Amino acid sequence: MKRLDALAAVYDRLQDRVVVTIMGAVAAELQSIGHRPNFFYLQHAMGLASSMGLGIALTRPDRHVVVLDGDGSVLMNLGGLTTLARYRPRNLTHVVFDNESLLSVGGFPTATSTGSDLAAIAAAAGVPRTATVTTLDAFTRSVDDAFAAGDLSTIVAKVEAVGPSGYVTELALLENRFQFQRYLRG
Amino acid sequence: MSPVSTTSSRAIYDALKACGIRLISTLPETWLVHLIRMAEDDPEMILVRLAKEEEGVGISAGAHLAGVRSAMLMQNHGFLASINGIVSCAQLYRIPLLMLISYRGEFGERDPWQTEGGGVTEDLLRTLRIPFSFLDRPDHVAARIAKAQTLALSSNKPVALLLCRDLMWEEPS
Repeated sequence: MKRLDALAAVYDRLQDRVVVTIMGAVAAELQSIGHRPNFFYLQHAMGLASSMGLGIALTRPDRHVVVLDGDGSVLMNLGGLTTLARYRPRNLTHVVFDNESLLSVGGFPTATSTGSDLAAIAAAAGVPRTATVTTLDAFTRSVDDAFAAGDLSTIVAKVEAVGPSGYVTELALLENRFQFQRYLRG
Repeated sequence: MSPVSTTSSRAIYDALKACGIRLISTLPETWLVHLIRMAEDDPEMILVRLAKEEEGVGISAGAHLAGVRSAMLMQNHGFLASINGIVSCAQLYRIPLLMLISYRGEFGERDPWQTEGGGVTEDLLRTLRIPFSFLDRPDHVAARIAKAQTLALSSNKPVALLLCRDLMWEEPS
């Protein structure tokens, strides 16, 4: 499965949800499909996209939050999984694109390439719904299930270690930030 | 009885409430025990207990963008552990952060393990160009917290208040 295809497959389902992504390929690929005011791309601070999602989910229980994370970022904030599970925001879906590498800095393998299982780690941290998916159909189905379940879910999507040719996009960081704030507060 | 001042903790908590703080993220430390219990007992407050303080930067960023005022309560070693998040989330994205940092390791510190962090706290705040002030007397707590919050919001940047031993700790006589 390619991450770009996975993003395209669920893109329409993100229309009315609050989306927070990590930096790098996820941000660039989602923007290549089409930026929306309800998408925020955390272009650094690796590990904190899920914490930002938690901050939004706890303060805006009326909105559904989708965090688009990656294996390298999750590995930098494994403790954050325990915080997520502890507060169990039922309005948050945590998608982890696991390409088993730090793609944007040269493709060096992460610990998921040697067996660390992020869905199992999330489950052991207390996340009530977890899944690992390897095909586009299974990914789309598990996203639909998570959105319908009304509970905190972590979906680990195993994806190929391929990405866009570049990571810098036309959208300025602060433009994205203030547009997203206006959307959230509007 | 814990030597941590209940009166000063109450003054700090009331000042945070008066500034409209509705979410507090924290990792427990001795001087913060009363503040954390006050947040626990307050149905109007969202209390988020962290595994590591840096998570609090992300949580506050999310809360701010959603229009909710928040504060981080941590020890100065928690500030040290949060620096990447402060720089690459809060400063990069112009997020106001109200950080209340217990200033361990200053004069009077008895715990040997706290003594290194105290020596670098102010220098790091200056290096990061984070405006900061001290809370060392009960009578200026409310005004300083309110003014710190005002600057954080007007500048869209992190600010810090150092909770000092003279305010937080009642030495047994």
